[in-house]
Amino acid sequence: MSVSKGLPADAAIAAIPLPAAATPAWQRIALVLLGLAAAIAPIFVLESFHLFQLTMAVIMALAVLGLNIVTGYNGQISLGHGAFFAVGAYCTAILMSHFDWSFWPTLPISAAVCAGLGYGVGFPALRLAGHYLALTTFSLAVAVPQILKHKSIEDWTGGVQGLFLVKPDAPFGLPLSSDQWMYLVAVIVAGACFLLVWNLIRSRIGRALMATRDHATAAEAMGMDIGSLKTKAFALSAMITGIAGSLSAVAIEFVAPDSFSFGVSITLFVGMVVGGVASILGSLFGGLFVLFVPNIAEAISKAAPGVIYGVILILFLFLLPDGFAGLLRRIAAKLRGRG
Amino acid sequence: MPTLLDVKGLKAGYGPTHVLHGLDFQVEEGGVTALLGANGAGKTTTLRAICGMVRTEGEISFRGDRLHGRATEDIVRRGIAHVPDGRGTFMELTVEENFKLGAYVRNDNQVQADFDRMCAWFPRLKQRWKQQAGTLSGGEQQMLAIARALLLRPKLLLLDEPSFGLAPLIVQEIFGIMRRIRDESGVGILLVEQNANLALELADLAYLLETGTIVMSGRAAEIRQDEAIRRSYLGY
Amino acid sequence: MDGLAHQIVAGIATGGIYASVALAIVMIYQATHHVNFAQGEMATLSCFIAWSMVQAGLPYWVAFFGTIVVSFAIGVVVERILIRPVANAPVLTMVGVFIGLLLIVGNATGWIFGYTTKVFPSPFTSDGPLLGGLVSAHELGSTVVTLTVLTLVWAFFRFTKLGLAMRAAAYNPRSSRLVGIRVGWMLALGWGLAAAIGAVAGMMVAPVVFLDPTMMLGILLYAFAGALLGGIDNPMGAVLGGFAVGVLENLAGAYVVGTELKLTVALAIIIGVLVVRPSGLFGRVVFSRV
Repeated sequence: MSVSKGLPADAAIAAIPLPAAATPAWQRIALVLLGLAAAIAPIFVLESFHLFQLTMAVIMALAVLGLNIVTGYNGQISLGHGAFFAVGAYCTAILMSHFDWSFWPTLPISAAVCAGLGYGVGFPALRLAGHYLALTTFSLAVAVPQILKHKSIEDWTGGVQGLFLVKPDAPFGLPLSSDQWMYLVAVIVAGACFLLVWNLIRSRIGRALMATRDHATAAEAMGMDIGSLKTKAFALSAMITGIAGSLSAVAIEFVAPDSFSFGVSITLFVGMVVGGVASILGSLFGGLFVLFVPNIAEAISKAAPGVIYGVILILFLFLLPDGFAGLLRRIAAKLRGRG
Repeated sequence: MPTLLDVKGLKAGYGPTHVLHGLDFQVEEGGVTALLGANGAGKTTTLRAICGMVRTEGEISFRGDRLHGRATEDIVRRGIAHVPDGRGTFMELTVEENFKLGAYVRNDNQVQADFDRMCAWFPRLKQRWKQQAGTLSGGEQQMLAIARALLLRPKLLLLDEPSFGLAPLIVQEIFGIMRRIRDESGVGILLVEQNANLALELADLAYLLETGTIVMSGRAAEIRQDEAIRRSYLGY
Repeated sequence: MDGLAHQIVAGIATGGIYASVALAIVMIYQATHHVNFAQGEMATLSCFIAWSMVQAGLPYWVAFFGTIVVSFAIGVVVERILIRPVANAPVLTMVGVFIGLLLIVGNATGWIFGYTTKVFPSPFTSDGPLLGGLVSAHELGSTVVTLTVLTLVWAFFRFTKLGLAMRAAAYNPRSSRLVGIRVGWMLALGWGLAAAIGAVAGMMVAPVVFLDPTMMLGILLYAFAGALLGGIDNPMGAVLGGFAVGVLENLAGAYVVGTELKLTVALAIIIGVLVVRPSGLFGRVVFSRV
């Protein structure tokens, strides 16, 4: 890693492009309003099945965002984020079905549990770079369903049968169906998380995360505590993916071990690469992609989604390594250059 | 003497930076050419350029054959052996295995005879035969690198600072061997050296490089005689 | 005590399978410092190819050797087409390509051959249990086969010129080019060899676990564990690690955790090794420069 040798550390940090270009305030407000309108509109437009799918897409986007923090922004490759997704889902499911909690209070609990777990995984991960980490997290993902099925925790997890739960109803007598309300819940929670991550990435911490990824030595030389940064990134990342898991549990109204095979982790990884590594907008694309492309592909064959996933993943890595988000960025840059 | 290697207008660099700005030089059949110059003058890059290890422009013709744009392994197979900086030894493998790799591209039945000859030239390697190359001393590793290169039965030997980091006695020994190569084997040598005195003693032709350009060239014997050149360029 | 002895012997038999796959992983790791996540899926595909050959009426051993040849070719082709173009890409890209390969090969296998579990023939049959009921004919036969393969591979790397060149290319590609070794082809050959070894391992395990598109996933995990336990840069260590994991898994399954948590045992071994001794029992300690 001699890339940063000649560079003063400050310059190395400054050389990392900030995610957002400067746009005038009124444009930004307009964009936000437009985004809000676009986010809420589906409630009135889509019928319940498609609304449910869109809800799931938002949830997957959130899960991909979680993965993007640790893998995209911090460079620690995780192939096991499905595990956090599963733990989040099970936290909510257990609290709701065994203890009759309502949905909202389960969120902080599952967030905390997943953050703790992420911190725990992040610790050994410190000693593992690149492939080793990928390998370890991959094994974690493969082992998850077996652990969930195990009879010692069957009383809690419902074993192979899984657990059933019920979507929350709309509060304050709002005239919304539970599907519509669920969509709003997903958008609100995901929106809050995206906003949090957006601000974080643009802050000192965000730059530090990327600096540790790109120029570990320089970052360390500047006095950054790489170990603590990396474990915290893991914790935050696990927390956000875990929250997505919680949302998915109530949206589907069911959790079972076999819904959390290692395929979930792979799906999140594919979503991240296709959407755009280290891109917040990319996470959103990733969520949409992993939800809708398999649906379309499944029409061809049961195995088709997997094959098509694989082909698309490799095509993106070869041709568009910065994903949809990168493509859009380049198109935007070109248009701006012309105009 | 006929020309073995003829280089014209050689440019090379790493990424966008150019390191060599158009070099012309030659190695004669069985002769020794020395490339002299300070650190960063582009000597190592010149050798890499000949072997196709960096991006190059210009003409490199070897026994009438154009080398430009060929892969390193193809250039090597044409009879150019390179002892690079860092020696290119296979540290994890034994001396014997390094020998075998040196003769990797050969299919003739003289290989064993050449092994014996190299062991006679470098008796210390014979003693270390089954030892991992990484455990050898610096001087022994340099000898192994030269032996490995000669086992290719090259027409041209590229040597990158064979005296680098070695004790004076060992340097004497190594240069003794190079004299032997020159006199006994008929292999042409392109020698990159910072130790101008030793290099000029060995060489037929000499070129002085400064920041990627040849600033002076001529017969080594004449350069050695020329007090002014020695003082101003070579510093001894 | 008979039970214990049987568990150990059975563990050695499965350990041979893990050892083979571990060796395949280590071979590619040594050459490229990449871990092929699709190694198991490629082996599964090989088994289906063998199965098709047997179904088509070929004698077992013809199908066996035919599959080895085909698998070797598949390995070479995969390296040339998919791995070569990204050889110098960042780790994330490489991991992504391996995952893509895993998805394509794994699902294509299911697509072509279906998801129903198939019976895979064993060439080793006998009328009764051998050695006083200690070992089945298939366990004994597959152990002999895997040991033969491992010995052949070892001899190939140790005594042949090509084997030496492949080792050299793995250790030091730059110097290898300077002695005229075609490094790119050595890597492709390594992939072919790894695929062939994986194919043998798959064909030996398929009669036990039955043939289906996901059969190698758990085995891959155990092989990883074995490779790490022995030291991922040490082929000999990886083989020993594979055997050790096989025995460990069988004993743990029989006496400690039961069969439901077998994969978790692999996970525990992997994490344990990486945390306690990342270089494995026989690996070189490498100081990483950041």
